[in-house]
Amino acid sequence: MLSVRDLRVTYHGHGAVPAVRGVDLEVAGGQRLGIAGESGCGKSSLAMALLRLLPRSAEVSGEVRLDGEDVLGMSFGRLRAVRWAAASIVFQGAMHSLNPVHRIGRQITEPLLLHRTVPPDQVQTRVEELLAQVGLPAWRANSFPHELSGGQRQRVMIAMALACEPNLVIADEATTALDVMIQAQVLELITRLARDRGIALVMISHDLSVLSSTCDRVAVMYAGRVVEEGPAHEVFATPRHPYTAALAGAFPTVGDEASRLRPRGLGGDPPDPAHLPPGCPFQPRCDQAVEQCGSTDVALRAAAADRRAACVHIGGEAG
Amino acid sequence: MTLLSAQGVGVHFPVRGRRGGTARAVDGVDLDLAPGEILALAGESGCGKTTLARAMLGLVRPNAGTISYDGDPLRYDAASLKRYRRQVQLVLQDPTGALNPRHTVYEAVAEGLRIHGHTDDEPGRVAQALSRAGLRPPERFFLRYPHELSGGQRQRVVIAGALALDPKVIIADEPVASLDASVRGEILALLLRLRDEFGLSALVVTHDLGLAWNIADRLAIMYLGRVVEVGPVAEVLREPRHPYTQALVSVLPNAPGDEPRQPIVLSGEPPDVSRIPGGCRFHPRCPKIADGTAEAAGLAGACRTEDLPVLGGADSAVACHLVR
Repeated sequence: MLSVRDLRVTYHGHGAVPAVRGVDLEVAGGQRLGIAGESGCGKSSLAMALLRLLPRSAEVSGEVRLDGEDVLGMSFGRLRAVRWAAASIVFQGAMHSLNPVHRIGRQITEPLLLHRTVPPDQVQTRVEELLAQVGLPAWRANSFPHELSGGQRQRVMIAMALACEPNLVIADEATTALDVMIQAQVLELITRLARDRGIALVMISHDLSVLSSTCDRVAVMYAGRVVEEGPAHEVFATPRHPYTAALAGAFPTVGDEASRLRPRGLGGDPPDPAHLPPGCPFQPRCDQAVEQCGSTDVALRAAAADRRAACVHIGGEAG
Repeated sequence: MTLLSAQGVGVHFPVRGRRGGTARAVDGVDLDLAPGEILALAGESGCGKTTLARAMLGLVRPNAGTISYDGDPLRYDAASLKRYRRQVQLVLQDPTGALNPRHTVYEAVAEGLRIHGHTDDEPGRVAQALSRAGLRPPERFFLRYPHELSGGQRQRVVIAGALALDPKVIIADEPVASLDASVRGEILALLLRLRDEFGLSALVVTHDLGLAWNIADRLAIMYLGRVVEVGPVAEVLREPRHPYTQALVSVLPNAPGDEPRQPIVLSGEPPDVSRIPGGCRFHPRCPKIADGTAEAAGLAGACRTEDLPVLGGADSAVACHLVR
C-alpha cells in the first residue's frame, strides 16, 4: 500500500536543517503502523512529506510509493486527485483545521464535490452517512465548528478524511489534545473504521503506550531516523534501543509497581536537528553509551525475529 | 493534620444568554491537603478541577464553602491574599506562556521576591531557587532568555519562580502536559524530590492518571463539579469503586504482559455544568445503569433521583449509590 525508501527532508532557511534523515517504511492494506517520537524528531515532517504537503523551503528526496505510484514524481494534477481520494491526513488541532465560518456539512461536502466521488444529488445523503459513522447526529451538519466540543470536531475531521474512501489514512497526533475518554472513543472509531474497510493506517504520536495498544507495528524515531522498529506490543514491552526504553518508561502503566512513585525520564533535551552531535545522535543522553558511540553512527540492524534497532549494543548477538 | 483544606466549596458562574442560569463549575467539594502530601486532582476537561484549584489559590472567591490554610479561613482582602500567596504558589501548564519573553531567567525568578519585598540577598535567593529546581549551576542561567531554553528548562524556571518565596504548598495545573515525553519524567521527579527534601505539599491538577500513579500519594477524581472518588492512589487506580473511575482506568493502555482489560468506553461527552443532571450526576452515562446492574440491585430509582452527599476530604470515599 505505502512504501517509503530512504526518505529525506531538509529545510533550507538559515542553513540546511535535516529533519528526516533516511527513513524506510512499509505499510500493507489494513495494517496499522505507529510512528513514535518527541517533538523535533521529524515524525510530522515525515507525515507531511508522504503527501507532499511541505513548504517549498523543504527539500524532499527518496521514494514514496502509494499503491505502487511514485508520489514524489507525480504531476500536481495527479497529486490533487490522490490527496483525499487515495490518502488523507487527520491533523492534531481540529479547531485550526476546520474553517470557523463554514458549517460542518459544507466542509465535508467540499472534498466530495471536488473529487466527484458521489453524484451531486447524493452528496447530502453521503454527508449524513459519514456523520453517522463517526457517531454524530445528522443535524450536526448545520453546526459551526465552535458549537462542537473538541472530541466532536476531531470526529468531523475523521469523517472528512474518510469522505472519499481513501486506502490510507495518516493520523498525526489525532487524539493528543483530547481527554482520555474522548481519546478512547476516537481511537476505537479510527481503528474500527480502518479494520472494516481495510484502510491502512499510519498513526503518529509521542505516546508509545497508546501506539502499542492500537497499532500492529511501531517505528520509533529519534533525530530524523527510525531507531527501532517491530511488532508494537513487543517494542513497548521489551524495548531494545535505550531511547525506546526511556520513551516507554515516560508513560507509566498504571498498576506497574516499578513506576509507582518513581517517575522515569531522560536527562538532557531532544537534539537540535540543525546541530546533531557526532556519532549516534542519542549518545549524549544515553546511559549505556560506550566510547564507540561518539564516533560511529549505527544503522538499523536485526535485533530479533522481525525486529530491528539502531544501537551498537545490538548486532553482536544477532549479527 | 491538614494544611490546606476546602470545605463545601462551590464556584458558580453566570451563564450568558440565559436568565438566572448558572454554571456550577465546582458544586460542593471537600478536599484536604496534608503537609508533605502530593494530592492529584483528576478528571476530564470541564469537570471543574482547574476552577477548584483556582479557588484554593484564592484567585476566585467561592460562592459557597470556605478554603482554610493552616486552620484559618482564607480572607479576601489584598493584604491577606498577598500573605497567603507567599505560602501557596502556582505552577502553570504552559511554561512558554507563563514566562515573559523579554525577561531574563533572573528577572522571572526575582519577580515574586520583589513583589513581596524580600530585598536582602536577592541573587542568593534566586540562585538557591534555580538550583532547587535543578538548573545548575544557577549563575549560568541568570542572563538567559526563555527562547534560549528548552521546554523542560523553561518549566524548571517557572517552578524556581514558585520556589523563590519558600512556599509550603505548590498548586500545579497540568505541569507536564505541554512537555515532551522524555522531559516529563524529570519534572515529575523534581516535584517528588521537593517533597522529600523540603516537605513541600503539592496539589497537582491533571487529566493524566499515569501522572498520579507516578508521583501522587492520594487521588481525587472529579466529575461535573464534585469529587466522586477519593483515596490512596494505589487503591483508587488498582481497585476503582466508582463506575466513572472504573471506566477511566479501563481505557488506559495495558501494562506490557498484562491480561488485556475490557475497555469501558463511555459514550457521549461530559454534560454541561449549567445543566447538571438530577439524582446522581453521572447516571445518564453510567454503565451500571445501562447494563441493568443498578436495576437488579433495586437502586436505579435512587440513581436517577437522589443526589449523593459530598465526600469527606481526607479519607477514602466513593459517591455512588451502588457502593455502600
